[in-house]
Amino acid sequence: MRSLHKISLLLLALLFIIGTVGCAPQQASGPVTIHVLTMDQAGLKPAEIDEIAREFEAKNPDIKVNMEYLGYDFIHDKITTGMAANPPAYDAVMIDVIWPDEFIKAGYLLDVTDRVTPEMKSGMFPASWNGVTRNGKIYGMPWLMDVKYFMYNKDMLEKAGITDPPKTWEELVEQAQAIKDQGIAEFPIIWSWNQKEGVVCDYAVLLYGNGGSFVDASGKPAFNSEQGIQALEWMKQTLDDGLSNPSSVSADEPAVEADFLAGKSAFAVNWLFQYSDSNDASKSQIVGQAAFAPMPVFQAGIDAGVKGSSVDGSSSFAIMATTPYPDQTWKFLTYLASNEVQMKYSKEMLPVWQTDFEGDALKTLEAANPTNPVTVPAFLAQFPYANERPTVPYYNEASAALQLAIQEALTGVKSPKDALDEAAAKWIELAGK
Amino acid sequence: MSLRKLFRKVLLFLLTLPVFFFIFFPLLWLLSASLSNQVDLFSVPIHWIPQHPTIQNYMDIFFPGQAASSVPRTFAVALLNSFKIASAVTVICLFIGSLAAYALVRIPFRFNHSMQLGIIATRMIPEISLVLPLFIIAARLQLINRPVVLILTYMSFALPYAIWLMTAYFQTVPIELEDAARLDGCSRLGILFRVVIPISVPGLVSTAMFVFLLAWDEFFYALIFTSTLAAKTVPVAIAEFVGRYAVNVNGMMAGGILAAIPPVLVALIFQRYIVSGMTAGAVKG
Amino acid sequence: MTVKPKPFRKQRFSLRQQDARTAWLLLFPSLLVMVGVTLWPVISTFILSFLNAPTGLNQTRTFVGLGNYLVMLRDQLFWETVGRTMYFTVVSVGLELILGLAIAQLIHSRPWGWKFLRISLIIPWAVPTIVNGAMWRWIYSADFGALNGLLMQLGLIKHYVPWLTLPNMAMNLVIAADIWHTMPFVALVLQAALATLPEDLEEAAAVDGANAWQRFWQIRMPLLRPAILVALIVRTVDAFRVFDIVYIITSGGPAYKTLTITYLTYLNSFAFGKQGIGAALSFLISAFTIVMALIYIRFLYRPEETQ
Repeated sequence: MRSLHKISLLLLALLFIIGTVGCAPQQASGPVTIHVLTMDQAGLKPAEIDEIAREFEAKNPDIKVNMEYLGYDFIHDKITTGMAANPPAYDAVMIDVIWPDEFIKAGYLLDVTDRVTPEMKSGMFPASWNGVTRNGKIYGMPWLMDVKYFMYNKDMLEKAGITDPPKTWEELVEQAQAIKDQGIAEFPIIWSWNQKEGVVCDYAVLLYGNGGSFVDASGKPAFNSEQGIQALEWMKQTLDDGLSNPSSVSADEPAVEADFLAGKSAFAVNWLFQYSDSNDASKSQIVGQAAFAPMPVFQAGIDAGVKGSSVDGSSSFAIMATTPYPDQTWKFLTYLASNEVQMKYSKEMLPVWQTDFEGDALKTLEAANPTNPVTVPAFLAQFPYANERPTVPYYNEASAALQLAIQEALTGVKSPKDALDEAAAKWIELAGK
Repeated sequence: MSLRKLFRKVLLFLLTLPVFFFIFFPLLWLLSASLSNQVDLFSVPIHWIPQHPTIQNYMDIFFPGQAASSVPRTFAVALLNSFKIASAVTVICLFIGSLAAYALVRIPFRFNHSMQLGIIATRMIPEISLVLPLFIIAARLQLINRPVVLILTYMSFALPYAIWLMTAYFQTVPIELEDAARLDGCSRLGILFRVVIPISVPGLVSTAMFVFLLAWDEFFYALIFTSTLAAKTVPVAIAEFVGRYAVNVNGMMAGGILAAIPPVLVALIFQRYIVSGMTAGAVKG
Repeated sequence: MTVKPKPFRKQRFSLRQQDARTAWLLLFPSLLVMVGVTLWPVISTFILSFLNAPTGLNQTRTFVGLGNYLVMLRDQLFWETVGRTMYFTVVSVGLELILGLAIAQLIHSRPWGWKFLRISLIIPWAVPTIVNGAMWRWIYSADFGALNGLLMQLGLIKHYVPWLTLPNMAMNLVIAADIWHTMPFVALVLQAALATLPEDLEEAAAVDGANAWQRFWQIRMPLLRPAILVALIVRTVDAFRVFDIVYIITSGGPAYKTLTITYLTYLNSFAFGKQGIGAALSFLISAFTIVMALIYIRFLYRPEETQ
């Protein structure tokens, strides 16, 4: 029937449309293409990583590297959905220090213990390997060793007549009050307290700085101890006193940077990227004014023997367990983490090789670019005190409960004690499953 | 005109002013922000009109390369992807949807009524119900990060919607015309193509517009199924601005304006069809 | 338009059978697509909701029967979230209806520039949801936003207010952003319906002495009922499942005060890796919206009053 022909033609036309519009060009056979997902937030900038990828491709003509950049918030879900595909959507991904347990349990990460050379093991910081090692097996290549730093605006402190940055959080409050009273900044301190992982990082800094901890020796939640409650109460107090910017409650780390770089705050706790960005005239209005100081601690922490406190926010690259190209991917990761590459790009990201921080290598490192003389000592001073967040497979859900508790306390919905007690109960419930 | 009438006219006019303000204030602010640089944007007190207006934000999007961050560089690609995908979805839904709609409206057969109910019911299902199984099929067929995966998954809500709208239109075609054509010896399909569709052009245009807007607007599936340049759509690109580039708000606003222009243009050009589309929906109930 | 009469062919099938065959032929492509991308995933998710399905490769899925549903129904966060979503739906749809009706009436009474007003309404509706969210997020910005700027210049506030961090305001702000975006749809639907109303009924009532208020409530409103019903159903079903705008403006915060039920489902399925619970939640949402639609139809749809 003519009409039948018409319909068939229509359907064919449709299939044709789908085919041409829908399909991306097929990959020519030849070089292998590996897909790597990483963060565009801290560490090297995409332009720089692209450069490294191109260099690698030039040295390895049979491997093509397809980099993908996403904001930190998107990466976790992308990994989960990417792994549901076969072959997986990515061959290597950047994993945050809090994810290995969850991903190892889900079977996502490739065991690379046998690929790691002794030179790598001894050359890189032990702490960086700890982040990717579980039960003696290694699941990733260290990449970015980052901690939260305490940065302040030199010019603002000078204007307020303050000679030295604060050593304790109590001192910070005094200095902030002075800055506020003199009208130099309306809200001298800015934090990343929004309902995401960032608030747990900030809380970790304060919790440990008060002599507290996330869990006790037996693994039970301990953040609802006296020290933990005090830390949270202190956070709320600074908000109530108008010393901490109220928008901290909805700010994440990029927003903290935006605020600090616009010259609106005198003190900002953030990852390393904030420092180099502060000297970038296209983004910052406070070029040359930012400085590091050791993260303050509470007086009570000092009394309890705490010498310093920060939180470990390192990230590493892991190979996906189901990738069809483990060897090529490992080659690329080795290149990324190699000493030469890391030295070259040390402005944005300090190397993970502890050998670079000793003797002559240290001098070379510090001379590598203008900011290193500042960032390297800051790193060496702060990193030893980096605390870890709990390494449990259900960390995401546990963290969500803690984020909720902190937010409830900060917005006045619940008292700090009630909020933390509830979160602790949730942690016990999760551990029991 | 009597004084009382004039008074009434003036009063009504005055009442329209707050509505105009309500509609245009956010839009003008969006436009103003897109034409600002960082200094104007982050100034206190607020600069309603930028003191140093600039089109640099738009330039960054159209002429990537000098752009500081990668999102503006890739925004133009996302715009193109959105356009491709929305167009493809619209065309396909119109084709196969009109066939189905005609069958449901005119041809009495056993499952007609239940099928119509089923199609309406699919509107109640949230996207999130479908996403995991869809992702698994798409992954197995190696369609992730390709535009075709979005085209197919968008059909899950666009096709029932299109069929629903078009059944409403086809119902308004006078049955006498179809009877006349039948008397002339037309087969069912002949009636469809020679009588019903030409008369329903307004309805088809209206449906096309609604489907296009729906596809352009979609965020959740695009977020889950795509992340590479090959298939990333505009809503995903905008979402990436938020949070990641807290500093680059002006870029995000420029992107927002560009993202809004195609659907707004489409809606304005075909605006008489919006009204008729909504009326048809109301009549159908 | 004339068609050459087809030569007489022996009818092998009855007209009814021929019709049915044609119908299936026409429906086939659409059915194929819908079974593939709608029906099958729905069934798959339904099955998933009865399993304990942790995310991951080679994970064992155990049958838990109604376990996932029970966990949710016993969870306080679930009920709080349902309450929040109901609040969002009721307030948002209610205000949209009232404002939409008011604006529809306004347009209907043909003030100067009414055509321009009607066209302008299209713009907020056509702006993509994500752009709408990003725009309002910036308007509500604590340090640089237009809301603060405006209120400050009008002298209504002395300091900039961090709007999105206020637990009691956050949801209302999201609602305001949503209303800006979707109220025009309601207004246009109602205005279209108003335009089709016969004027003689109201004129006759006016002659009989009914005042404007009475005319409105006893004549106009009942005639508008079908249009209002359609707008209500469509908006309620969409409002209950809101996700995009919450994702962009507040990400569920502060302190989960803007967490809606779809967002909770998203968290469970993706962030927490509990797909079984996510599937159960999405079914609860579907069930809820279907029930709501049925209630509307049952109570508000009176066949004898349609055109």
